[in-house]
Amino acid sequence: MDPNEAYSLIDADGQPRSKFTCALADDELKDCFRSMLAVRSFDDICMKLQRGGRIGFSIPNRGVEATQVGAAAALRDGDHIFPSYRDFGMALHKGVPPVEMFHNMFGNGRDAAQGRQMPVHFSFVDPVHFFSISSPIGTHLPHAVGAAHAFKVRREPHVALASFGDGGTSSNGFHSGLNFAAVMKVPVVFLCQNNGWAISCPSSQQTGSESYAIKAKAYGMPGIKVDGNDLLAVHEVMSEALERARAGEGPTLIEAETYRMGGHSTSDDPSKYVPKDVLDKWEALDPVKRLRGYLEFRGLWTQEWEDELVASLLAEHAAAAKEAEAEAPPGLETIFSDVFESLPDHLRKQGEAVFDLARRKGDAAAGEGAFPL
Amino acid sequence: MANLTLIQAVNDGLKAAMRDDPTTLVFGEDVGPKGGVFLATEGLTAEFGEERCFDTPLSEDGIIGAAIGMAANGLRPIAEIQFQDFIFPAFDQIVSEAAKLRYRSGGQYTAPMVIRTPYGGGIRGGLYHSQSGEAYFAHTPGLKVVIPSTPHDAKGLLIAAINDPDPVLFMEPKALYRSVKGEVPEGWYTVDLSTLRTVREGDDVTVFCYGAMVPVVERAAATAAESGIECNVVDLRTLMPLDEEGVLEAAKSTGRVVTVHEAPRFCGYGAEISAMIAENVIEYMEAPIRRVTGFDTPFPNTLEHHYLPDERRVLDAIEHVHSY
Repeated sequence: MDPNEAYSLIDADGQPRSKFTCALADDELKDCFRSMLAVRSFDDICMKLQRGGRIGFSIPNRGVEATQVGAAAALRDGDHIFPSYRDFGMALHKGVPPVEMFHNMFGNGRDAAQGRQMPVHFSFVDPVHFFSISSPIGTHLPHAVGAAHAFKVRREPHVALASFGDGGTSSNGFHSGLNFAAVMKVPVVFLCQNNGWAISCPSSQQTGSESYAIKAKAYGMPGIKVDGNDLLAVHEVMSEALERARAGEGPTLIEAETYRMGGHSTSDDPSKYVPKDVLDKWEALDPVKRLRGYLEFRGLWTQEWEDELVASLLAEHAAAAKEAEAEAPPGLETIFSDVFESLPDHLRKQGEAVFDLARRKGDAAAGEGAFPL
Repeated sequence: MANLTLIQAVNDGLKAAMRDDPTTLVFGEDVGPKGGVFLATEGLTAEFGEERCFDTPLSEDGIIGAAIGMAANGLRPIAEIQFQDFIFPAFDQIVSEAAKLRYRSGGQYTAPMVIRTPYGGGIRGGLYHSQSGEAYFAHTPGLKVVIPSTPHDAKGLLIAAINDPDPVLFMEPKALYRSVKGEVPEGWYTVDLSTLRTVREGDDVTVFCYGAMVPVVERAAATAAESGIECNVVDLRTLMPLDEEGVLEAAKSTGRVVTVHEAPRFCGYGAEISAMIAENVIEYMEAPIRRVTGFDTPFPNTLEHHYLPDERRVLDAIEHVHSY
């Protein structure tokens, strides 16, 4: 395949571009569609919560749902995801309960990370290994390589999926990650979600290469460019890359060409730099619309079914958000726990001083600062 | 004079320096058409063109490395690192290269450049949008470290940093970007590096602070004054090279010292101040020096207001050293 041409199976309306055999069974296809709607629902609720001042921050996912759900659907149980902060669609598709995600969004005491991280910086081990997310860009690519090496050493049949954006390809971690993976020939798949933008910097200014997929050639691994708004195509190329990895044939770089339809984050105003005509072009390639079209072509879709799905997702997510919002914040002791496995003496003393001061002078007052000002 | 926020003063300072010196140029992530994530570079591309204010690929290592090459060849780069939390991919370029270039070439090559970067907490930014990394950098020989706390100083110190012959890390307290306003002179002016600013005069307790902690200390000092404790509040402004004589004089003047920073305590900047006083003027001290700092933990999100030194904690330390 030409690494500069995006591989695609269905057109803008979801009709097959030519005859092909879909690897996904009917119920799997419907499940993927449900997950894409779930991403959209979760996304919408988070945006509203942020606009209403009830959470501090969120990362819009509109437009990139097919890449995330298509990639996640190709994974097998036991495979590990090394995500970036725009990857919660993968977690949702792999069955992470939305309420667990809302605990993070609200940073409450039931959040796995005890509200230490900003919203959307998730970390899960069950039902899927969704590696703890870092804000710095590209740092997790070498982590995925190391995990893949561990699978190899332990003779486990798992693959590590490292997911990142087009901006991430400029990071140190991209180079060291791909270089190490090819040299060590480990079972890892690099998924570059080329969504057009690194905050306000267009993909065209991120690289002088004709594509991102072509970069794989120099590292010594296959590079495949895929239509990231075509869930079926994403699933197919991901499945092939995972198979190669599992067969001991080493890493693959996949570039999924998609588009970030919202801002970089709730702090960003994309209307300042995103051309309207480009946005319109991508709106016509909406991934949900395309999978809907394909499901209808296969006789698997009715408006009534979708309406029911949307309503049940909204109810589930709204209830989950409500539950998470009602939870108490983390206890003060969580500032000091998890720095090390056991609490060193100096941290024990610093913690005691907090409680002592609170007794003598009252509690600390929450500030008015908000992200990013 | 104009009444500006701190971020407006930074923007004004960049414009003044760029109008003054055609070799200056600004680059980094999102500093171009977007004007930076905090709008520090707003309007620069429009006024000075894409050659002098432009976006780079997402690589801090590349930004600083390229800045060094430019600086060594007649340009005055002003690089932006979007958050100080993201500076670490460039740590090698800063510590191994920019800071050592003059020394290792006997002055044949130098790197006169400014790295602007927002730092600090108070904006619900969690682990990776809140850190204060001054200690890593003040520990690096060959690198100057400057932190303003007022709009006036932000502009004057920034222009001084841009005109300095050595690399300067210019750390901007983002919690103060829009929360403080002040009179800022029009046009080009400088505030000398390595000078202290006396924020408030008092004979009882000396409090050393900088950046976003300055207003916190000012509030604590005002409260302390209500119970008769007069504080001598000193804004350090330049952490490296520090006005050591000024620090020692201020410490001697009261004999009671508190240092305040939001960075973690262990090996933090307060430890250096404390050691400097202990080594040189300990005979003038009436009480042990007290440090008020962030904790020796990563920076939390939900509980950040417990992590950050607040008026209560500063006041408690002032009262403690005063009554010792």
